[in-house]
Amino acid sequence: MLDSKTIAMIIDGIGETLWMTCMSTLFGYIIGLPLGVVLTVTGADGIRQNPFVYKILDVITNLLRSVPFLILMITIRPLTRFIVGKSYGATATIVPLTVAAAPYIGRMVESSLKEVDRGVIEAAQSMGASVWEIICKVLIPEGRTSLVVNATIAMTTILGYSAMSGACAGGGLGDIALRYGYQRWQPKVLMVTVVLLVIMAQLIQMIGMFISRKIDRRRV
Amino acid sequence: MEPIIKIQHLNKEFRQKNTEVHALRDVCLEIQKGDIYGIIGMSGAGKSTLVRCLNFLERPSAGTVVIDGKDLSSLSDKELRDMRKDIGMIFQHFNLLMQRSVLGNVCFPMEIAGVKRSEAKKRALEYLKIVGLEDKVDAYPAQLSGGQKQRVAIARVLASDPKILLCDEATSALDPQTTKSILQLLKEINGKYGITIVVITHEMAVVQEICTHVAIIDQGNLVEHGTVEEIFLSPKSKEAKRLIYKGYENVSEMKGTRCIRIVFSENPAFEPVISNMALAFQAPVNILYANTRNLNGVAKGEMVLQLPEDEKLAENMVAWLKNARLSVEELENYVG
Repeated sequence: MLDSKTIAMIIDGIGETLWMTCMSTLFGYIIGLPLGVVLTVTGADGIRQNPFVYKILDVITNLLRSVPFLILMITIRPLTRFIVGKSYGATATIVPLTVAAAPYIGRMVESSLKEVDRGVIEAAQSMGASVWEIICKVLIPEGRTSLVVNATIAMTTILGYSAMSGACAGGGLGDIALRYGYQRWQPKVLMVTVVLLVIMAQLIQMIGMFISRKIDRRRV
Repeated sequence: MEPIIKIQHLNKEFRQKNTEVHALRDVCLEIQKGDIYGIIGMSGAGKSTLVRCLNFLERPSAGTVVIDGKDLSSLSDKELRDMRKDIGMIFQHFNLLMQRSVLGNVCFPMEIAGVKRSEAKKRALEYLKIVGLEDKVDAYPAQLSGGQKQRVAIARVLASDPKILLCDEATSALDPQTTKSILQLLKEINGKYGITIVVITHEMAVVQEICTHVAIIDQGNLVEHGTVEEIFLSPKSKEAKRLIYKGYENVSEMKGTRCIRIVFSENPAFEPVISNMALAFQAPVNILYANTRNLNGVAKGEMVLQLPEDEKLAENMVAWLKNARLSVEELENYVG
């Protein structure tokens, strides 16, 4: 099978991949959640419609989403170097991953919040709730099941992107798969990394679905 | 007395692409404190738009809405939100927070009003007791029946201690039995707390059951308004007649022949008026339709009679009935 050095390397790779995925999801939501909220609130049928703000954010979101991840990663290298101090390795990859994930997450959040029943929002308005109160007490809590489902999808997508970042020395399992599995043609290493990535995606999916079911009170 | 709700020359237009929909046209209405005011009309008549203009969920295109002496259009956002706390609203589809328990739903308006958590919980339990749901405190809306959900919504409204309660087709999604119990509850609330209630509905039965006053709205126009008794005894507008004569539709002979509608109120109902009349005139009358309706707790009998062809005889009969202090109305122009 694999020698102990390779195994140690793969274990490090798992850690790096988890680190990249988790941190990028976290930062992605720090930017993407408010973005999605603003898109929902200012958009058509929103509770504080503002076509001007909506249009600007809409265009920026679409622009960022249309840039292929690898190109984005290379393009924003100066920014990455400025923030992290270097442009390669797992920690540095968090920067492009976050930039790629934030607009994606923003859209996901927007679609989740739009599912919230218009009537419930109207009821809150009729009680004199402010825009901020409606966001915090109605939109997000009522949309939580869908938010969690979408967070699960976002996280698995980020996991996939993190593997892709291996093409530019991004660290993690993807990096190992490319350097050892592909460039040095070690099919065993390639196989192990692919299986590990599949298992990780599967686990994220399972945990996410479990949580979303657990917090949903709409079922009897 | 200054009315609690004063609507003046209210207009609302919706712009949809190139067409303009005139949802409300020059509506004027005054509602006194403590009234249960029914607003009735067919679907699409503009009644839901009208009720939404009363708390500015919908901003009127023109005209004013004065609530408790305050012109809503003159209020700032913050003042409007404070005003809305005095105007509760319940809905056809209940609009409860599905992810919150019954208790959480009733606490919601108090959270917004800044009531302390322990105080809010104590009060919420009282309101749930009033609506008869003290055993469902920890249930979630998905576990409740339609009637129970509407009771939660009513408890939630009471929690903001409103002066006015707007009901937007609040019983339209409920079966007749449940409708009755919800209407009874609304009536109790009106009596106990003196909350002015505005009831939007398309069912005459709802108006008859609880309303003191009624306004009829058709294609954005307010066509008739008055006390429920006035409108029921002698509807003037075509739309009012259509709503009240609903149920006569099966009486096909009515068209083209001399028919009258009489309404018995209280005392005369104990006298055999029709047979007395037939005996007095020695002429037969045909009873085409008869019904009793509960009008605000008072039983009213109504009857549609076909009179003899003889003009003179028929006129004498009408005079005779009017003399017996019955409300009589010719149905000649009525087309079902």
